[in-house]
Amino acid sequence: MSEAVEQREEEQTEEIDLEPANRVIDKFIDMPGNLMPVLQGVQDEYGYIPRIAADLIAERLNVYPSQIYGVLTFYAQFHLKPRGRFIIRVCVGTACHVQGATRIVETFYDKLGIGHAETTPDLRYTFEKVACLGACGMAPLAMVNDATYGSMTVQKVEEIINDYNQRPLKSGK
Amino acid sequence: MSEKDGIKILICQGTGGISMGAKDVEAAFVRHLAEKGVDAVIGKRCDIIKTGCRGLCANDVLVDIITPEQGRVTYDFVKPEEVEKIIDEHLVKKETIEKRKAKPYYNQFVNAQMRVVMTGCGQIDPESLNAYLEEDGFKAIEKCIRGMKPDEVIEEVKKSGLRGRGGGGFPTGTKWSFCKASPGNHKYLICNADEGDPGAFMDRSLLEGDPFCIIEGMMIAAYAIGCDFGYVYVRAEYPLAVQRLQHAIDICYEKNYLGKNIQGWGFDFDMRIKMGAGAFVCGEETALMASIEGFRGMSRPRPPFPAVRGLWGKPTNINNVETFANVRHIINRGADWYASLGTDTTKGTKIFAVTGKVKHTGLVEVPAGMKIREVIYDVCGGIANNRKFKAVQAGGPSGGCIPAEILDTPVDYDSLIKAGAMMGSGGLVVMDETTCMVDVSRFFLNFTRMESCGKCVPCRIGLKVMLDILERITEGRGEPSDIETLKDLGIAIKKSSLCGLGQTAPNPILSTINYFRDEYEAHINDKRCPSNCCKELLLWQVVVDKCVKCGACKKACPVDAIVWEKGEIAYLDKEKCTKCKSCYDACRFMAIE
Ligand SMILES: Cc1cc2nc3c(=O)[nH]c(=O)nc-3n(C[C@H](O)[C@H](O)[C@H](O)COP(=O)(O)O)c2cc1C
Ligand code: SF4
Ligand code: SF4
Ligand code: SF4
Ligand code: FES
Ligand code: FES
Repeated sequence: MSEAVEQREEEQTEEIDLEPANRVIDKFIDMPGNLMPVLQGVQDEYGYIPRIAADLIAERLNVYPSQIYGVLTFYAQFHLKPRGRFIIRVCVGTACHVQGATRIVETFYDKLGIGHAETTPDLRYTFEKVACLGACGMAPLAMVNDATYGSMTVQKVEEIINDYNQRPLKSGK
Repeated sequence: MSEKDGIKILICQGTGGISMGAKDVEAAFVRHLAEKGVDAVIGKRCDIIKTGCRGLCANDVLVDIITPEQGRVTYDFVKPEEVEKIIDEHLVKKETIEKRKAKPYYNQFVNAQMRVVMTGCGQIDPESLNAYLEEDGFKAIEKCIRGMKPDEVIEEVKKSGLRGRGGGGFPTGTKWSFCKASPGNHKYLICNADEGDPGAFMDRSLLEGDPFCIIEGMMIAAYAIGCDFGYVYVRAEYPLAVQRLQHAIDICYEKNYLGKNIQGWGFDFDMRIKMGAGAFVCGEETALMASIEGFRGMSRPRPPFPAVRGLWGKPTNINNVETFANVRHIINRGADWYASLGTDTTKGTKIFAVTGKVKHTGLVEVPAGMKIREVIYDVCGGIANNRKFKAVQAGGPSGGCIPAEILDTPVDYDSLIKAGAMMGSGGLVVMDETTCMVDVSRFFLNFTRMESCGKCVPCRIGLKVMLDILERITEGRGEPSDIETLKDLGIAIKKSSLCGLGQTAPNPILSTINYFRDEYEAHINDKRCPSNCCKELLLWQVVVDKCVKCGACKKACPVDAIVWEKGEIAYLDKEKCTKCKSCYDACRFMAIE
């Protein structure tokens, strides 16, 4: 919740094109139970749910903004703030936990200076702990965007960060 | 399949396979086969088939080559660079590359299983309707519609003894009959693919590897119950499963296996995928329906049960992915055949995700009632690194532990509950002497506490209080009364919580207190962790008598805090050490404590 409130103030000045959000809403407008698909679609477009997009959704789907923020803050998948260029996800599922995922998480915290679900100020990295990425055979597991890194060690954390530090911040897309 | 004497190259493209580079391996096969004109050289067609998960993802990329002469040969850990050599030797010269073949344990892993539900998964192309049709696809639904009344279908499923694979183990046929009996002409069917248990991935593998089989299972249920619309609620973290299932649904619509008057049989059925958004509690059926309707995924009291008042107030039937995957086999091969597998109370087979400190982690399908010992030792090769077995955790965050003494417990619903664990979704996490049971309890409780929807007090606050106590214990600040407090709280939370999450969340703690009370006591009274797992209680030193001077610890240490020379006992420099525990895991002689 606090995230939602904070973000309301921050974002006023930003210019956001609502055209993609409108397109998503058009697509689902007649479907029963369309709030989640609309939010998922909007997040796919912007990478997060900008406040004015949430307001637009409330308006056009005729639901209270409170219901929208209720849903947004309930589900781990929705984000209310812009996210990093590289999303680092470390699995803390059961298999990875017993193979030592904790130290991988802590090393990332240490090296990046951010915690779970946080983003570095330069918008390079977002770090997330997740439960089971579904490749338990290679535990402990980490992912950076779509690339999977199996059998993680503390040393590998450093290698990964060094590697991604070199990469350009602007994506092709 | 296509040509009897053609050659088939099966490349695993499940999530595990793809993350290990299966797409590149496939591309290499396509390119080299074309460049060398292999089809012409050997005078046979080589078909590349993308399959789903085989179950042994640790060995991906797995490639099976089936030729008339050599039969089926499996290569594991295949890299794109090796493809050319495999083509030259195996296909052109017809010489199996013995050195690169999967080791005998692979065949043992496969042969010790009994694959019914997973027959298609890992063998056929999940994106091809024809491949599914060749495996008797949609024969079961045809048989139902043409030759059986809906009630007869329900009777057949009842007779088979199939019980829900989503955790509760409720008899499926009976559940269907409840929903059928509910008044109303508009009913919903839901397939629960939320698969929240961290460490279980059979539902995902089925959706990725054999999506048509789930669709057919749902069609049969819809016909039997009288539903006209189905939802598949898939977990957000499963993008590939969503993609494959959507693809299958699209083909079915195109070829009239979904929609109006399917195949001219006079039966209508529509379905749609709903994506979850990352909340474990949405696996619970009432929360799941709230989520589909577009609300926060919070549970509500039952009754009314979904069969009476479900999605949008209409009668609704919910089953798990694996439950639906069983249905077509029951119809095709008969309830009697199905009921002949398994035990008195649990019929058929069950898929387990075996993970943790076992040699070969993976998905295994075995007849219900197999002993846990057999699953761990005969199928999965026993404990890794020659360590000692301590316990296996069954049923994930709602389950419990099974210690070495009762390893002969059969895997069926009732025996597991008697042992204080649960079938749950079928996760089996194997733990060895380095796993601390207090820490594992803390892990699960932390998970359930975070995932609690917050609607009812016992679960929202009670779990937090329990977690605080466990954290204190693992940090060496436990008090003698803690164990009793944990037990009292646990029992109270189980009794008073609204939904299954709270009602089962204390299980991991209660069961470890039951079997491993001494470990709790060691933490509390001696401020010591017997498995040397809880950081705050470690001494951070090398045990001189145990160290064999191998140097593995030095290699593992990221900050050079270990002093070691060849032939010398290692020394751990506490000043430099950041307490990451890498050395502890690296040492195979338990010489660091
Ligand atoms: C907290 C909680 C999580 C659950 N998660 C799942 C799940 O991930 N998948 C599933 O199939 N059932 C899950 N269930 C069980 C479902 O509520 C429901 O019983 C099941 O889908 C019924 O299907 P079945 O009869 O085929 O087993 C969960 C239950 C609870 C209480
Ligand atoms: S038991 Fe927990 S998850 Fe279930 S309704 Fe209560 S608070 Fe929510
Ligand atoms: S790994 Fe263990 S046995 Fe080997 S040198 Fe280190 S402490 Fe000694
Ligand atoms: S705990 Fe980590 S930092 Fe400390 S000695 Fe072992 S490997 Fe090195
Ligand atoms: S527990 Fe980490 S990938 Fe499954
Ligand atoms: S994904 Fe390849 S075996 Fe599981």
